[in-house]
Amino acid sequence: MGKRSRLAALAAVAIIAAACQSGATPKPTPDLPKEIGAGEGALNLVIWAGYAERGEVYPEFDWVTGFEKDTGCKVATTNMTDSNNGVSLIQSGAYDGISASGDATTRLIAGGYAAPVNTALFKNYANVFAGMKDLKHNTVDGVNYGVPHGRGPNLLAYNSDVITTPPTSWDSVWEDGSMYQGKISIYDSSIYIADAALHLMTKQPDLKITNPYQLNQAQFDAAIALLEKQKANGANYWGSYSDQVSQYASGDVVTGTTWQFQVNLLQAEGAPIAAVLPDEGSTGWSDTWMIAKDAKNPNCMYMWMDHMMSAEANGQATVFFGEAPTSQQACDYAETISPGHCALTNATNEAYYDKIWYWSTPQADCADADAATTCKDQDAWVAAWTALRGG
Amino acid sequence: MSTPTDARAGPGTRPGIARRLAIWLHPRQGLQLRLLLAGPLGWLAIAYLGALAILLLNAFWEKDAFTGRVEPFAWTLNAFRDLFGHEVYRTVAVRTLIMAVLVTLTDALLAFPIAYYMARIATPRVRAMLVIAVLMPLWAAYLVKVYAWRTILQGNGFMEWALSPFGVESPGLDEIANSWLVLSYLWLPYMILPIYAGLERIPNSLLEASADLGAKAGATFRRVILPLVFPAFVAGSIFTFSLTLGDYITPDLVSDAKFIGNVIYDNSSLGNLPLAAAYSLLPIGIMTVYLLIARRLGAFDSL
Amino acid sequence: MVESRAVRIALRVVSVFVMTFLYLPLVILAIYAFNPSRLLVWPPTGFTLGWFAEAANNPAISVAVVNSLIVGALATVLALILGTLAAIAVHRYSFFGRQTISFFLVLPIALPGVVTGIALRTSFVTFGIDFGLFTIVVGHATFCVVIVYNNVVARLRRLPRSPEEASADLGADMWTTFRRITFPGLGTALLSGGLLAFALSFDEIIVTNFTAGAGTQTIPMWILAAIQRPTELPVVNVVALVLVTFSIIPVYLAQRISGGAAAGVSR
Repeated sequence: MGKRSRLAALAAVAIIAAACQSGATPKPTPDLPKEIGAGEGALNLVIWAGYAERGEVYPEFDWVTGFEKDTGCKVATTNMTDSNNGVSLIQSGAYDGISASGDATTRLIAGGYAAPVNTALFKNYANVFAGMKDLKHNTVDGVNYGVPHGRGPNLLAYNSDVITTPPTSWDSVWEDGSMYQGKISIYDSSIYIADAALHLMTKQPDLKITNPYQLNQAQFDAAIALLEKQKANGANYWGSYSDQVSQYASGDVVTGTTWQFQVNLLQAEGAPIAAVLPDEGSTGWSDTWMIAKDAKNPNCMYMWMDHMMSAEANGQATVFFGEAPTSQQACDYAETISPGHCALTNATNEAYYDKIWYWSTPQADCADADAATTCKDQDAWVAAWTALRGG
Repeated sequence: MSTPTDARAGPGTRPGIARRLAIWLHPRQGLQLRLLLAGPLGWLAIAYLGALAILLLNAFWEKDAFTGRVEPFAWTLNAFRDLFGHEVYRTVAVRTLIMAVLVTLTDALLAFPIAYYMARIATPRVRAMLVIAVLMPLWAAYLVKVYAWRTILQGNGFMEWALSPFGVESPGLDEIANSWLVLSYLWLPYMILPIYAGLERIPNSLLEASADLGAKAGATFRRVILPLVFPAFVAGSIFTFSLTLGDYITPDLVSDAKFIGNVIYDNSSLGNLPLAAAYSLLPIGIMTVYLLIARRLGAFDSL
Repeated sequence: MVESRAVRIALRVVSVFVMTFLYLPLVILAIYAFNPSRLLVWPPTGFTLGWFAEAANNPAISVAVVNSLIVGALATVLALILGTLAAIAVHRYSFFGRQTISFFLVLPIALPGVVTGIALRTSFVTFGIDFGLFTIVVGHATFCVVIVYNNVVARLRRLPRSPEEASADLGADMWTTFRRITFPGLGTALLSGGLLAFALSFDEIIVTNFTAGAGTQTIPMWILAAIQRPTELPVVNVVALVLVTFSIIPVYLAQRISGGAAAGVSR
């Protein structure tokens, strides 16, 4: 046995040991960096649009320029259209890191595209809310694959000139679709199938859907049928958030699923758009900054991850996007630029987030230990979405 | 014809390396040809055909459903099974082909009159201006034009403003007709220019001869002009047809319809490379056949 | 003249209609560039020059323009060399497979850009080639070669053979003949072919999307990204207006060079 394989075996033992002690703090495994070295001068990120602002939209929202000045890491960003796209971009090997949602994180970890991180190297990690640490979608066997960025739900937006009573349920995009014939705005991604499943959880309890991301054949078929009905009601699909903003601004749509971000943009331009979290809950996301396995600029990426947990950066970023900050310090900072932000996004309200099903990856084994159950996998979801949209 | 008796080009020039090489090469025709072709063909083979070959290999390789990782040399026909197993891929293919034909016909209909006007009626001054005017939109960024149509077609846009007095609502951004309109718009100059060049090449005397022989204008048009300008049509159609066949940005930006390009792009960017590669075979096949026919019809000389 | 008066009038009317169709979107964009609202609602709500200042102060735009110029220049040089070599070979020599060469050269432009793009991207990833300006140039050169090739082949066909033969008969070697006779004859064809190749490269987005690495942006890439950021739409209008205005220069040049014959225009 060579020295390296013995080390590997040791590491494996360490991981298993860490996994067995539930709730134990993860011990740094041997291959984790021990320190953050000098910056490489560049940083290439895959991001959700709006996650790395340099004051181009509003001069006061800029958490990139200062970072570049302090670290010498020149930041370049590529927007992903959805999680599938983000995974594919990271696979190209050209990027150092990504702000991945839960349906991307698990795939990146399993595929070996993301590297574990040594959280001990981040000076801002200690401040992060305990509830945002060691989450299932970015932590495997006690090993952290990234640090949190923020979280939020997919909301129901509506044009308050047209819909004068604030809606309390998703019915307006599913059941009463014909009321807003051709004016429903829907997220163009296979992950949206989960929103149909979520609706069926309350409307058709006999389907026994327990997790909107893990659906067996019958449940899946019911969700697709619901989506077909929605399409027949004239759904408009938005791929980029800007599509949706122009749809609402032009009056082409009046209601549909959205992120707080678009609502903020529209309200800033004086458009009569509001958003609510319906009573039955919603899908949502909890995003993680991950470092790519073959990152060419690992030190810059570590500095960026630390930066994005700082009070200023996290506060600004989460206000800009309209999501919940990850630490009390970030919350306090956010309040200085947007009073009431933390209450609005329920930053510390875990009960609120219990109603949110974070995006996660559909898996053939239903992501459970029960060998008897089988679910539709990621490929099936994407194929079904292609069929829905292309048919 | 030429005998290389005296290799010196003129007095006072010293033979440089290039010239000495040229002198040595002169009788070696085969080697000359090989040297000339080595660059372009080597380039084509490595940078283009090689890349296509690698893409095609991916169509036959296995992919992990969860991570999206392609396993090289793990041979499978899964991608093709998916393609034939789902009706949507056929629907999309047929839709795209119909659109490509429609756009080509639309452009041919719009292009012919203005090309004819430019070539045979306009004064030289007006003609020069028109040629520039047709060329200019070609140089204006493609994206800018698509995006301009977006602003026109969307609600509260120019279209709605112009049509509302007649009680017509704006089409919005989800109509497939938008794709037809915008694609026809985008590729129109590609059709006008070859037809214009083709018409310009027809000598006036030919038409006068036709008239002198008693042919009516309609007959001259059908029997003389159309056959002569037909290769130019085909040349233009290569562009209108193939550009429509492969576009994925325009359909995405101005309508909700999915075309072949969208399915290929979506699958590649969503992490199903084998499926994207397998579906790519369809436009490759269609365009190869199209080009072979076009070459038959003499269109390559009018490109 | 064969055309009757009615036909001539009809042709003129249709021509005016087609020209309006070609220019309407560009005119509307130009108007929006001066519109103060961030949302593009018709009719415009006022007049401002503010977006021009914002565009001028955006470093990403100038970086992207410079990138596009570099890529365009490199791709054009590559295309000029390879396209001319291929054209001379096909025109001057008869050999087995001669017909096939023009067919294969047309392929990169006739096959959908999305296929070319994915193929190149997959190959770059497979061989571990880092994405950057270089990979964009490779992608652009594949389809620029045929532009130059078409222009040069067309010119070679029109050029009389006699001066070259005379040159050879007078004892000039190939190189001298090329330098003194063929090349000057090709001059304008190379220039107009080069201009077109450059234009094509400058405007290309579909293949570029796949062959650009992280952190490298050409101007079409900047536009595509900016379209997806509603807050930047007015700046896109400004950039679009400036690009279209500046494109008059190369179009005018190309027109002067080719002396009216627009043949060889192809994508």
